[in-house]
Amino acid sequence: MKLIIAIIQPSKLIDVKNELYKAEVNLVTISEVLGHGRQKGFSEVYRGLKEMGNLLKKIRLEIAVNDNFVEPTINAIIKGAKTGDIGDGKIFVLDLGECIRIRTGERGGKAIG
Amino acid sequence: MINSGDTGFVLFSAALVMLMTPALAFFYGGIVRRKNVLGVLMQCMIILCLVSLQWVLFGYSLSFAPSSGFFGGLGWLGLKGVGFEPYADYAATIPHQVFMIFQAMFAIITPALIIGAFAERMKFSGFVVFILLWATLVYDPIAHWVWGIGGWLRGMGALDFAGGTVVHISAGVAALVTALLIGKRKGYADKSAPPHNLPFVVLGAGLLWFGWFGFNSGSALAANGLAANAFVVTNTAAAAAGLSWAILEWVFNGKPTIFGTVTGAVAGLVAITPAAGFVSVIPAIIIGLSVSVFCYLAVAIVKPRLGYDDALDAFGVHGIGGIWGAIATGLFASKAVNPAGSDGLFYGNPHQLFVQLTAVLVTMAYSALMTFIIYKAVNAVIGMRVSEKEETIGLDLSQHHEGAYTVLE
Repeated sequence: MKLIIAIIQPSKLIDVKNELYKAEVNLVTISEVLGHGRQKGFSEVYRGLKEMGNLLKKIRLEIAVNDNFVEPTINAIIKGAKTGDIGDGKIFVLDLGECIRIRTGERGGKAIG
Repeated sequence: MINSGDTGFVLFSAALVMLMTPALAFFYGGIVRRKNVLGVLMQCMIILCLVSLQWVLFGYSLSFAPSSGFFGGLGWLGLKGVGFEPYADYAATIPHQVFMIFQAMFAIITPALIIGAFAERMKFSGFVVFILLWATLVYDPIAHWVWGIGGWLRGMGALDFAGGTVVHISAGVAALVTALLIGKRKGYADKSAPPHNLPFVVLGAGLLWFGWFGFNSGSALAANGLAANAFVVTNTAAAAAGLSWAILEWVFNGKPTIFGTVTGAVAGLVAITPAAGFVSVIPAIIIGLSVSVFCYLAVAIVKPRLGYDDALDAFGVHGIGGIWGAIATGLFASKAVNPAGSDGLFYGNPHQLFVQLTAVLVTMAYSALMTFIIYKAVNAVIGMRVSEKEETIGLDLSQHHEGAYTVLE
């Protein structure tokens, strides 16, 4: 079991979701985050005072998958999120120790799907 | 002879109409994605600043100074001679300046209506120049033709009580043309994004409804029975149209929505605008109930089929609603309501319908042509569309370096 965390451009969320559905990955948790890598944003100015920061809105996806779904999920995220420009984001793949479905108490691979 | 009641009423009406532009800003601002809300608010507020100055410097003269030409005359440049004495051909009982500032608010909100079509993707610098040219080359001549002394549509007997043709059709058609020219928003192929703040939309619509009492009943230019008639039919048509849209959604989509209801109410306000001083209350109900059907068809059925991206339905609501209102005026107008007006088709005068259709078609053709030319010219010199990166990040940050909402404190 793996936990896949992806940071993507907000505007690519629709494309990524569509690709994930095509790969039959239907379970995903999404949150809005701020961050920046090497991409430069716009600094903000309020009544003449410049705010530093350059933080840009990003979308964070969390997807727990069984091993045979790891590559299809990664490929779907890349396909949906890639523009070729700086700022497309990153994908992190972590080992997942356990997964429990609260409703039934099922554990492991069965609980993920 | 100045009447203090009339003067107070029209001044107050001018203030009500002024409020409609910030109200429109919230109506539109709530519909866009949150990265673009300040862009929309800014576009509305800068129009309030720009056109206010344009109007007192030369816009008012080009629209209302007597002339039989294409524009109004140049005699009232910088408000020269526009003073405290009434100008009886426009309004005999209020100071000329009161009439001028009331009309200023109409000149301001009209270009602001177009914003809905190109929302979320226009470059601010190009926008400013486009709006100034549009106000001068499209609004001012049409206002002159329909309302100005010597204007040829006024001479023909076209009825437009408070601006259905001059305001809503001219802006609505300009909206369609700019939506086609600027192209779709990024990511529109799938579907439109959900409105980021529907309570703003309702707030804006509520304030538009409120301001519209100044727009329509103020157009009587006196605190009299005609103003009362305009007030009553305005409220009635808005109510009928809001209800009608909600019922359409209930029948065809399963649930009535607040977004649909307030959109319907605004469509009703648009449609009753040209008719408010010429029709009685039962025609107002018919106009209101039916306008939602036409606008609903335009935004929910026709627009998706044709695939143009009129982002906030400026054409679908103001264009279609304005056209229906102008035609309905030719159907339902009655001298029993306003002896200075005319009878419509249903009161035995089919000629009025012909005159109304002429005014509609002329306005549509002129606005479409001039909008096209102005857009192409500004696009060639300054550019009208933001870069793809700027559009992705949003107009708030890319055009104004500020953000509406914080994610972290």
